[in-house]
Amino acid sequence: MSAVMKAPDVRDEYLASLAPDTNALAGAGSDWLNALRAEAAACVNSLPYPTTHDEEWRFTDFGLLRKTVFASAADISPEVSLTDIAPFVLPESAKSRLVFINGIYAPHLSAGANLPQGVVMSNLAAGLSSHDAVIRAHLAQQLNFHNEAFAALNTSHISDGALVLIAKDTVCPAPIHLLFIATGATADTPQASYPRCLIIAEAGSTCALIEDYVCLNSGVYFTDAVCEITIGENAVVEHTRLQRESHSAFHMAYGAVALARGSNYTAHNIAFGARISRHDLRITQNGEAAQCTLNGLALISGRQIADTHTVMDHAQPNGQSTQLHKCIADGGAHAVFNGKIFVRKDAQHTHAAQQSRNLLLSNKARIDTKPQLEIFADDVKCAHGATVSQLETEEMFYLNSRGLSPLTARNLLIYAFAEEIVDRIPVTSLVKQLSKTLSEQIMEHT
Amino acid sequence: MISSNSKVILEVRNLSASVAGIEILKGINLTVRSGEVHAIMGPNGSGKSTFSKVLAGHPGYTVTGGEVLFEGQNLLELPPEERARNGVFLAFQYPIEIPGVSNSAFLRLTYNTQQAHRGGEELDPLEFHDFIQEKCKIVEMDPRFLDRSVNEGFSGGEKKRNEILQMAVLDPRLAILDETDSGLDIDALRIVASGVNKLMTPDNAVIMVTHYQRLLNYITPDFVHVMRRGRIIKTGGKELALELETRGYDWVDDEYQRAADAHGRATAKGSASAAGAGRAGAASA
Repeated sequence: MSAVMKAPDVRDEYLASLAPDTNALAGAGSDWLNALRAEAAACVNSLPYPTTHDEEWRFTDFGLLRKTVFASAADISPEVSLTDIAPFVLPESAKSRLVFINGIYAPHLSAGANLPQGVVMSNLAAGLSSHDAVIRAHLAQQLNFHNEAFAALNTSHISDGALVLIAKDTVCPAPIHLLFIATGATADTPQASYPRCLIIAEAGSTCALIEDYVCLNSGVYFTDAVCEITIGENAVVEHTRLQRESHSAFHMAYGAVALARGSNYTAHNIAFGARISRHDLRITQNGEAAQCTLNGLALISGRQIADTHTVMDHAQPNGQSTQLHKCIADGGAHAVFNGKIFVRKDAQHTHAAQQSRNLLLSNKARIDTKPQLEIFADDVKCAHGATVSQLETEEMFYLNSRGLSPLTARNLLIYAFAEEIVDRIPVTSLVKQLSKTLSEQIMEHT
Repeated sequence: MISSNSKVILEVRNLSASVAGIEILKGINLTVRSGEVHAIMGPNGSGKSTFSKVLAGHPGYTVTGGEVLFEGQNLLELPPEERARNGVFLAFQYPIEIPGVSNSAFLRLTYNTQQAHRGGEELDPLEFHDFIQEKCKIVEMDPRFLDRSVNEGFSGGEKKRNEILQMAVLDPRLAILDETDSGLDIDALRIVASGVNKLMTPDNAVIMVTHYQRLLNYITPDFVHVMRRGRIIKTGGKELALELETRGYDWVDDEYQRAADAHGRATAKGSASAAGAGRAGAASA
């Protein structure tokens, strides 16, 4: 027998088992979408499963996921009522809410009214008949799924999702709440869902979004989400993202944001939930003088792992970005932050500032933080800093000297550390809701 | 105000304390009665800030000897929060910023904790609102500061005012003001001092730790103590502060050294006294 040289087979059977049978798609839906899904499925079938041997996955072992067999949640349609979702409903978005149950649109739970003419808030499946061209022009365009197995997996499953279009110069008066509900342990087989968001804010428009991942029951399930946002010239988008999944769940998410000239993007990324979570966010300033503000908070305990990878890509001159990411890890939890900032050759006069501040609450907890700056332009201002600390003696003493017990003082300081990020969210009722969750979570772990 | 029928609030006897194995306080003696204002003055590094932190129970310092009685009770065996609840208050030289916690929520939390301990009535946010508005007037503080995070973005003067506001809320029996005058302009100094004066009663007492005498122009001390190398080396009335202002600290030190040397020679002739030997050794160190 002679040895035959061939490329290493990196196909991963587990990943492949999660991909849909795209042959069955022919004839259903639009051809271009089927082709896109087939292309993505082909990627899933040829990409390796990420492991800690990959630089980008060094600190986060997703090996536990592959020990579980998941059924596609699309095949299960549990009964969910408005009463069930009441704890998550926001009065500010009472008439601008899209609800998805395990990734599938739930019209009876959604609400849309009094929105200006230029605002389209709909599910993707319905949007395909009315806005096929614009969806086709943008869907899977910001996000490169060819090297990301789980982004490809989500893309291979696209059948529904959230669609938000804000027309030129339109101001959306209410925050749009995209509520993704996992029903958790209601079926015998753990479920996987593939939420998808497509947001297009045309030139001069303004909108606020809340992308919210919650669960009704605890239990093991898998969320594999993708959110793409295109921001036109001088448009303003404020995006709050909440990951409050079950503490037994797996959450994998990709975000891709593209900014045109003079546009403004603010993100509030909050992660409290999931057993293991990973959020990859890539923001590209494709136009001059774009501005970004990124606020992040991960608060975890027990055996939770929360990984946030952000890429801030300054591709054009006069851009600005300010980032503050905080991690709080208690128990045996492990938080990871990797923040890359690219300043491309043409991106002169860029101002970029990144802060990673971390709080370790137990000697078994772990936080890995890695700021990474790659600067190819010569006339720029970039700053970054990272701190990992425990509660400071001086702060504790200050509070104790006011009569507060060590436990109260500790909780107050953790709360304050987290609240600084939560407070920046522009939706009052949500800040209240999260502050309450925060104090409960902090109390729970003491 | 010195009064004949006043009660002893604080009794410090031969207190010594160290940080990281280095002895900072080397035998402090001090008696504070109700109604009195004591100023502790001394150059940098004399141990005066350490003294105030040790009284408040800072965990970074180890008490190596002596005792402290607060209203007859052993203060040193209590953790800092219990000292505070019993009526010891330390106004910090560098107050901590707590972003994310509103000043009013923080003040109410400390007030209610105090009230629970004293068996007094706790206040809900509405009741506390009225209560705190009155207290704000004492330090001429704009009530808008109540809605801001504790000390966050406050100027030096605003932070110190906020410390005195906390003092007004907690109504301590003994207030220790650690360098409360540092970093204040004339207006802020006047406001802070007038706040402290308004809070003085015949039943409480104040210890002011300060480097300069200018605060004493506004708050008149009954006693001025000079601290040097971890000891109180001279005690006088308010006129001592003025003398220190014109002559500096060195003459007090020289005077003390001479006295210690004389004492050392005297005791060397007779039986060696432990206190005398320790004193001479420390003074020449």
